[in-house]
Amino acid sequence: MNILTIRDLKVKVGNKVILDRINLNLKAGESYILFGPNGSGKSTLINSIIGNPLYEIDSGKILFMDKNITNWSVDKRSKLGISIAFQQPPEIMGIKLSDLLKLCLEKNLRDEFTENEKKLIEAFNLTKFLDREVNVGFSGGERKRAEILQMLFLKPKLLLLDEPDSGVDVESLKLIASKLQQYIEETGSSALIVTHKGDILEYVKSKYACVLLEGKTHCFVDPKRVYETIKKSGYEKCVECELRVKEGW
Amino acid sequence: MGQKKALTEVPHKILEEAYKAGIDQNEETRSGTLLHVDQATIYSKVNDFFEGKIEIMDTQDALQRYSWLNEYRWKLIEKVKDEFTKKVAKDFSGGYFIRILPGAEVVFPLQSCLMITRENLEQRVHNIIIAEEGSKAHIISSCVQHSTVKNASHLGISEFYVKKNAMLNFTMIHNWSEETLVRPRSAALIEDGGEFVSNYICLNPVKDVQMYPVAYCNGEGSKVNFNSILYGHKNSSLDIGSKAVLNGKKSKAEMVTRAIARKGAKIIARGLIEGNNSESKGHLECRGLIIDDESFIQSIPELIARRKGVEITHEAAVGKISETEILYLMTRRLTQEQAISTIIRGFMDVDIMGLPNSLSKEVNQIVDLVAQSN
Repeated sequence: MNILTIRDLKVKVGNKVILDRINLNLKAGESYILFGPNGSGKSTLINSIIGNPLYEIDSGKILFMDKNITNWSVDKRSKLGISIAFQQPPEIMGIKLSDLLKLCLEKNLRDEFTENEKKLIEAFNLTKFLDREVNVGFSGGERKRAEILQMLFLKPKLLLLDEPDSGVDVESLKLIASKLQQYIEETGSSALIVTHKGDILEYVKSKYACVLLEGKTHCFVDPKRVYETIKKSGYEKCVECELRVKEGW
Repeated sequence: MGQKKALTEVPHKILEEAYKAGIDQNEETRSGTLLHVDQATIYSKVNDFFEGKIEIMDTQDALQRYSWLNEYRWKLIEKVKDEFTKKVAKDFSGGYFIRILPGAEVVFPLQSCLMITRENLEQRVHNIIIAEEGSKAHIISSCVQHSTVKNASHLGISEFYVKKNAMLNFTMIHNWSEETLVRPRSAALIEDGGEFVSNYICLNPVKDVQMYPVAYCNGEGSKVNFNSILYGHKNSSLDIGSKAVLNGKKSKAEMVTRAIARKGAKIIARGLIEGNNSESKGHLECRGLIIDDESFIQSIPELIARRKGVEITHEAAVGKISETEILYLMTRRLTQEQAISTIIRGFMDVDIMGLPNSLSKEVNQIVDLVAQSN
């Protein structure tokens, strides 16, 4: 079954067309790696999937588990099981990380964390940040850990990860990625992961890659090899190489 | 209403209104209580455990008991300052006199409540608060208008004396109604090593509040903090300022204001720090959120330096709620309305007030109630 289907999607920001009639099918239980140079539309694609109103869907459809969610609001999509870990999450003054985590868990703010939840918070090395305001004064790695922890607490069916491996130290990345992989395996959920550095490929199992170039999608198998080719020969060469799957996965 | 011997004798409706503004009926968690309704103090009591550490009584009674108190009355504020001070100088119905005795560390807060229950009343009070040398205390003071009363005005003079190495944290919660005119006139004198924290919280609609309390940091190493959380709505007009005069060597002032304006509210947040001693330091911060096009926020910071080596800074930001923050919370399953109210609630950050845990919890509950009812 497809968890996410994107059909002929055209997306504009202001008057500028960023994605032009792209198609994408993501299967349930699989992780996908999204490559593409700066400005190729990776963030636009992710933002269109979460329903960010700044990104205008000009034409085409987004189907999530066969539901047409093209015009759904951000919160409705997140309730359905789409979750994002932002590359640069905002600082929110006055809201404690513990409160945000409780909101993710759909707990009352007066409720305590369960022992298992506490263990996970501790594993993410965030116990001492619980009383801090969300992302205020957090380092890059701390923000990433907080993003992924929120995501795991939200228990999504589709995980959208915008550069989870940038600005993170090796230890943090190992931890984040192994917890993500564990969650994906245990729940049979799917992930779409944007990466520039490719570091996360070491830790997350993925058979499929997608390259965004000039507003179009190109499908591949074996993300590690795709990444090697991109590093060696650049994106233009990559989209012409033999690894490409013409008809999609 | 005559003098009461116990809070339990006070009519339930009055206690209920007082409770909404932080007055705890369970006196065990308070060191002392004073309740002034309309034009008379109907209750004042020191919790047994704190006898000999604090005094709390009506100002008129205190003036009769202590002739020396005249040395403190009208010393920081001029009687002829404006029409409101003149009125109180002419005739006043009492108020609270609070004294923390030398060296006393008072772990539970003192509480006082000034309430208006009669239509068209002009309440005039004079409060004198003395934190004697080396003492340490928290006071929560609420000004409340009974919900059945529409039109009224409140004129309140407050003079604070923070003596050598004393620490006084004073939190004032205003709970007026849409037709009330409010004119507090406050001033504080801080001696060597003294520390005064003055917190102001105004959450409910009010017709018009204008105040500009001043703190004179005359002592060496004296320190003042003014913190305000202003939630203006329904055509409220709030002109709230604070002034710190840094006369003492190494004296210090910090001011933090959080202002929210919605539904036609008008907020002016002023702040003035005056550095008259070369080693004085100050910082002023104002953040304002404007929710709709009918409302108005103006931030007026003023920094004055009269000696080289004075260090005074300010930062101010007013604007709408960040769309990025709303979107962020919506990706965490909150609806747009929930996201906005969560951000507003977070913005009214009680943590800026330096309150002890239990009191902070209580004040947070009061803010929660307001946040939920909007």
